[in-house]
Amino acid sequence: MIARTLTRMSLADIRPGQAAIAILIAAFLLLFLVIPVIRVVFVAFQDPATGGFTLVHFLDFFRTDLFIRSFWNSFYVSSMSVVIATIFALPLAYITSRFNFRGTILIQTLGVVPLIMPPFIGAVAMQLLFGRNGTINMMLHDTFGFRIPFMEGLNGVIFVQSIHFFPFILINLSASLRNIDRSMEEAAQNLGSSGFRLFRRIVFPLAMPGYIAGASLVFIKVFDDLGTPLLLNVNDMLAPQAYLRISSIGINDPMGYVISVVLVVCSLLALWVAALAMKGKDYATVQRGGGGLTKRNMRPWEKVAAYAIVILILFLVLAPHLGLTLLSFATIWSFSPLPDGYTLRHYETVIFESSQFIRNTLLYASMAAGIDVIIGTAIAYLVLRTKLVGRQWLDYMAMAALAVPGVVLGIGYLRTFYTVDMPFTGQPLTSFWLVLVIALAIRRLPYALRACTAALQQVSEALEEAAENLGATKARTIRKIVVPLMSGGILAGFITSFATAAVELSATIMLVQSTSDAPLAYGLYVFMQSAAGRGPGAALGILAVLIVGACTYLSHVIIERGRERRGEKSH
Amino acid sequence: MRKTVTAIALAATMLTTTAGVAMAQSPSGRVVVVTSFPNDLTSAFQQAFQAAYPGVTLEVQNRNTNAGVKYLQETAANNATDLFWASAPDAFEVLKEAGLLAQYTPKVEGIPDRIGAYHMNDPEGYYSGFAASGYGIMWNTRYLQANDLPAPKEWDDLAKPIYFDHVAMAAPSRSGTTHLTIETILQGEGWDKGWKTLKEISGNFRTITERSFGVPDGVNTGSFGLGIVIDFFALSSQASGFPVDMVYPTVTTIVPANIAIVKNAPNRAGAEAFIDFLLSEEGQEILLNPAIRRLPVNPKTYAKAPEGYPNPFEDTSLGAAVNFDVNVSQARYNVVDALFDQLVTFQLAELKTATQAIQRAEIALEKKDNAEARALVEEARALIAAMPITEAQASDPSIAGAFGGGGGEARQAELEQGWASFARTNYGNARQKAEQALKMLR
Repeated sequence: MIARTLTRMSLADIRPGQAAIAILIAAFLLLFLVIPVIRVVFVAFQDPATGGFTLVHFLDFFRTDLFIRSFWNSFYVSSMSVVIATIFALPLAYITSRFNFRGTILIQTLGVVPLIMPPFIGAVAMQLLFGRNGTINMMLHDTFGFRIPFMEGLNGVIFVQSIHFFPFILINLSASLRNIDRSMEEAAQNLGSSGFRLFRRIVFPLAMPGYIAGASLVFIKVFDDLGTPLLLNVNDMLAPQAYLRISSIGINDPMGYVISVVLVVCSLLALWVAALAMKGKDYATVQRGGGGLTKRNMRPWEKVAAYAIVILILFLVLAPHLGLTLLSFATIWSFSPLPDGYTLRHYETVIFESSQFIRNTLLYASMAAGIDVIIGTAIAYLVLRTKLVGRQWLDYMAMAALAVPGVVLGIGYLRTFYTVDMPFTGQPLTSFWLVLVIALAIRRLPYALRACTAALQQVSEALEEAAENLGATKARTIRKIVVPLMSGGILAGFITSFATAAVELSATIMLVQSTSDAPLAYGLYVFMQSAAGRGPGAALGILAVLIVGACTYLSHVIIERGRERRGEKSH
Repeated sequence: MRKTVTAIALAATMLTTTAGVAMAQSPSGRVVVVTSFPNDLTSAFQQAFQAAYPGVTLEVQNRNTNAGVKYLQETAANNATDLFWASAPDAFEVLKEAGLLAQYTPKVEGIPDRIGAYHMNDPEGYYSGFAASGYGIMWNTRYLQANDLPAPKEWDDLAKPIYFDHVAMAAPSRSGTTHLTIETILQGEGWDKGWKTLKEISGNFRTITERSFGVPDGVNTGSFGLGIVIDFFALSSQASGFPVDMVYPTVTTIVPANIAIVKNAPNRAGAEAFIDFLLSEEGQEILLNPAIRRLPVNPKTYAKAPEGYPNPFEDTSLGAAVNFDVNVSQARYNVVDALFDQLVTFQLAELKTATQAIQRAEIALEKKDNAEARALVEEARALIAAMPITEAQASDPSIAGAFGGGGGEARQAELEQGWASFARTNYGNARQKAEQALKMLR
């Protein structure tokens, strides 16, 4: 206890370096997030006639049945998606971190794959398989004479969203489980606890930071996502309402911005609740020698059960990819359980016409994810380890990006930067592709930030203190101790940011200036707008999944190797 | 080998181009076009145009119509776009009103002034039509066969009980082309009758899609059986091999898809060259391409069209029934969209239950007539058809001005809430009356 107090005091010293970094980050967020959004959100408080301040639009919001209905629908869909996503993620995370299970790396890679699917493409594939006249229901109807409404109304949104976003929980929960101090588990076992009780009372509570981080991300993402509901033609949810208002009535319509403000507030509330749940609990584990749970071998019947569960879940979460693969090889697929015939033609079209989409995406997404983990680590450190005034606001500001609909950010960028010319070329700043990278980085920063924060929460301050006692400088401690210990979480953050940035569409669509600079999601969007483009679009989607999947797998291999080198691997 | 072939093709295209197009000044550099057209269409024109004018690159930016308009508005201060190229004539009206377009009269001759009842080009020369499209009903033949449904011919057919839960359309607020379909029906049948037809059809909807392409996509895959679409979606789906077909109802209009030069275009010469290329015989022939399938505006091109290709210049019934008034459409554009959204899109569940109840009661009435029940069903029908505002009010500035953030006397959200509760109450009462009638008939 005394040591802890001393640590706090020594960390309380404010260093000019930290302050400078904090100011730099704040300036970045201000310029590329706050100002563009304010230029747009401003309209929500503006009287259309006089231009003065007014709250009447908010009154209108609460007086409109449609908006209230949309609000509750969004709330219901988000909560149910968290529940379903947990059901998918929990067994996978548990089995892979608890047992010596062959194919753990495969599960962890395949488990991330759903994130790579651009939402609208995933919904297309799910309709083909689970829709009213999709493969499953056509077969059910022909044999048994009934259909299951998987994809009807809100069900469809919940189904697609929980499959799409469950990796958030899987990644963060797995990272947390791997970081649990084995001595905790051993202590519990020595005291006679075992089996499910051990899991419920010791393991799961210790993994809470990861679970909460993942679950709150899923909740907010589903709350804000508009691609999936729109594609399934569900419009009485909040985010689609905002988008519909802005893009159909015009950017001068105040209600779209009012809904955006409501979205921002709700997301912040969700984060606050998540923070509240974590409050007053210390999840740091001191020892780093034997990280992770003890892995044990499974008994034969356990193995069978584990495989059955894993295969069932993987089949469900990979269903969109299955559908998309079929579509990419299909000649014609119309009102039949399976395509009429198969061809390689679509891949030919894509490879000859559209390779620039893939190249651009890899470049943009990796740059954006790189920016994200650097800023994410810095913010996590500033928030958790320093006493800088207002440090918490950096976190809030970065997280608020989660609640800004991509279209709003896109319009904000056009408004803020279009009149700014680039030095030397004289072209408008927004026509430079780097602006796309920054927009992607801002949009995906919250993922990286949550992962980094969770990782740092599990690193004990005592380790830093020890390093400093041995004469290391602050910077050296961070470089040699903190960052390596956080590496799992940082990588998780990089992967989520990278994979989701690679398929981001809503801000992209406003900012892309030419096809030669366009990323993949934009190409998919263009292909999917015509009857002849469905096949090539699906083929492009599959290529995207393969490439991003391969990158993810590669980074897993790299991090596992790093662990082995540092001797962290169990036994 | 390949090189020689390309060279010959290039020489051939250059010959035809120089014959068809008068080249005033030789264009060069980059021509930037913002378009809502799919890749199939734009890349075909891009390749042909670049082959015809070596040294010119056509830079294509794909955005949906609304986003394209917004993009041009937001970037007007520092414009980098040469051309705007899209379907919905209304979008061009909006840009013209905002003073974002430049005048240009194409040099190609032999293009008629009118197609159907519609002016091909903007009378003041701000935009020109390059292809025509009509609106119709598209269906999946396998789906109709499996569900034992006949193919429809007129809009009214879609209101028949057999089509309940089988039809789809895009929301007019989301799709410029669907908006035109709605407006065509309203102008062709009159405000009250038109809305009645629309709501009766909507009662049979399976869904209302959020993108124009959502409808042909759903029909192609068989998620629903029939859809209200613009013709090229059906024609190009058919050409791609999908088991689909389409029909033009009598009340349809043939409208041009347009192109315009943006004001302060960086490459004016290149922009002009592209418009003239579009209208040349070579450019027009590209429209017949199976993946594109639009109706050429140059009547000569139809000689090269495949058998059975719709020809609005010969088939005078096509699009002639309605004299489409762009000014009427313009004045109530946002109000019609909002009305449809509030009365149909966001009340679809209520509308469908009411419609189904009425349809059941009507079927029962055919078996056993009952004056009282008949009166109740009539009342229910009238409740569904009722409109919260009149035709005159729809284009009245006191209401129309509230839309698009204009700052009229009333606020948009306020009006919309009123319309929505009006519709919901009416649909609820309609359902009750129909159920009451059905009970009497049992």
